[in-house]
Amino acid sequence: MSMAERHIPDRLTGRAARVLKSWETLLLAVAVGIFILNSFASPYFLNAWNLSDATFNFTEKAMIAFAMTLLIIAGEIDLSVASIIALASTCMGFAAEAGVGTGGLVAIGLTVGLACGAFNAFFVTVLGLPSIVVTIGTMSLFRGISYIVLGDGAFRGYPADFAFFGQGYVFWVISFELVLFAVLAVIYGVVLHKTNFGRAVYAIGNNPMAALFSGIRVQRVKFILFLLTGLMSGIAAVCLTSRLGSTRPSIATGMELEVVTMVVLGGVNILGGSGTIPGVVIAAFVMGLVTFGLGLLNVPGIVMSIFIGALLIGVIALPRLWTKMRRRR
Amino acid sequence: MRLVKSRETVLFAALCLLLALIASRFAGFVAPGNLARVFNDTAPLMMLALGQMVVILTRCIDLSVAANLALTGMVCAMLNVAMPGLPIPVILIIATGLGALMGLANGLLVWKLDIPPIVVTLGTMTIFRGIIFLISDGKWVNAHEMSAGFTGFPRAAVLGLPVLSWIAVLAVLAFAVLMARTALGRSFYAVGGNPHAAVYAGINVGRTQCIAFVFSGALAGLTGYLWVARYAVAYVDIAGGFELEVVAACVIGGISIAGGIGSVGGAVLGALFLGVVKNALPVVNISPFWQLAISGSAILIAVALNSDARRKTGRIILRKAEGGQ
Repeated sequence: MSMAERHIPDRLTGRAARVLKSWETLLLAVAVGIFILNSFASPYFLNAWNLSDATFNFTEKAMIAFAMTLLIIAGEIDLSVASIIALASTCMGFAAEAGVGTGGLVAIGLTVGLACGAFNAFFVTVLGLPSIVVTIGTMSLFRGISYIVLGDGAFRGYPADFAFFGQGYVFWVISFELVLFAVLAVIYGVVLHKTNFGRAVYAIGNNPMAALFSGIRVQRVKFILFLLTGLMSGIAAVCLTSRLGSTRPSIATGMELEVVTMVVLGGVNILGGSGTIPGVVIAAFVMGLVTFGLGLLNVPGIVMSIFIGALLIGVIALPRLWTKMRRRR
Repeated sequence: MRLVKSRETVLFAALCLLLALIASRFAGFVAPGNLARVFNDTAPLMMLALGQMVVILTRCIDLSVAANLALTGMVCAMLNVAMPGLPIPVILIIATGLGALMGLANGLLVWKLDIPPIVVTLGTMTIFRGIIFLISDGKWVNAHEMSAGFTGFPRAAVLGLPVLSWIAVLAVLAFAVLMARTALGRSFYAVGGNPHAAVYAGINVGRTQCIAFVFSGALAGLTGYLWVARYAVAYVDIAGGFELEVVAACVIGGISIAGGIGSVGGAVLGALFLGVVKNALPVVNISPFWQLAISGSAILIAVALNSDARRKTGRIILRKAEGGQ
């Protein structure tokens, strides 16, 4: 397969042209298009509270997607993220029933996330196993533990101020989750695009052997990346649990695939080596707008998935179809 | 010696040990009648694992199998409601053909557009599920709406085993012949083992991968009808999350996710292992909620055991540098 082949713009050159022809611009156009369609589709769309509510559709997934972006660029994947949420949420629920306060609950959520990340990292970096298989295994394992603890039941007794993380607003209509999303986007953007660590992530994804011989501690970087997806899942678990106000073992089912979809839609090569944080941020908005807009039109959730799936394949297929047809001419 | 150390023998021994452990407390579990029941229960997983095996061998992955199964199952159920007189062979052909068509869609996207298989099947998975909702309006097709012939077929006993089991046995035999005795079977291994070498050997890599997807889809479609008929109900979420169980069966069966390594026996044993665990839990009085955790651990143990074999493939010049960081 010719995945390594780079698409070089032939007629347009220079920085401005590169920006114009980039994936991010294409996605942004899609986002704006959907936004305009949405505002025509329903008179209720252009309302600050509605738009703010729309962000809940993607903020939690996007937090994980940032860490997943780095991981996928480095050539690995973590399919256990949704199960980490389930396990972290279960532990928080257990602690809440025992009377632990809000601060303690957050600490527990983040710690469980980190511990799960370290568990994945151990199998992938120390034992050298393929991450897709390891995380399919831990996906069942982590969620399995939640099922063992909870069975058919649910935890509900969260303290009142715990609700802030998922339901609180920081500035008027701007929710805490949206602020967290923005802060994390900036942090991840800087880490990936402006630091040596970010360079190392790209280097590992492009050629792990070459990265190793140029002095990058490949396994250590990968270990840190798995810790990051774990931590982000922990944070997402805090937000999601707080928003729902309860924990069930089936919480966040299937979210791992939505996170991967978001990352891939953001222009990250699933085979590693390329991708940007701005792309993933725009992809998050695109997915959020699509689901929210269709929701306003009373389209059931399962039908929205057709649009997301078609968008995923279409956005990736169309540029390739285009270059193929031009080459043939 | 090679036979003793082979993956399948280890797995078979583990399976026997598991059965012995269960039998030591509940002798009834290993009675032939019950074992046949367990086999019949595992038959759908086994058939899908065969298709998934071929796909994984060629360095791809098919995450859309469960959605394919559900969509075909729903189409068959609705066909049966609309035309109760439709003979079973026609339904079988439609189910297999429809499944193969969906597999072909995956395969063509992978072959012609070079989109990574995980992305393609992630997309088609959600699309297929959505289509089920569209055609069924989110409604269930229940047992009383289906004709007796439709639901009776997979359960009809032939020589003591239900037809569902016999179809699984036939699929296993067919794949055993395909993989060992045909050029196509060898080319699956060649494509996964070393795609570049396969090109020089005159194998069309993309087309071979496409064929693998068609096989996986056809089996998923066939299983879709059998599944819906056996449980006598069809709804949107049928076999939700089953795709990962299928991949898990392959992984436990020693099929390398990196492609090129695996066998029909491995896929069958991997599926049986999961099937026995699932069926034994209620018998030995463990809550079924343990099932996920147990199969997750089984996957981790299986890949960990497999890692040694994997790491020695390929030549590493500075092994110390690779291992010692």
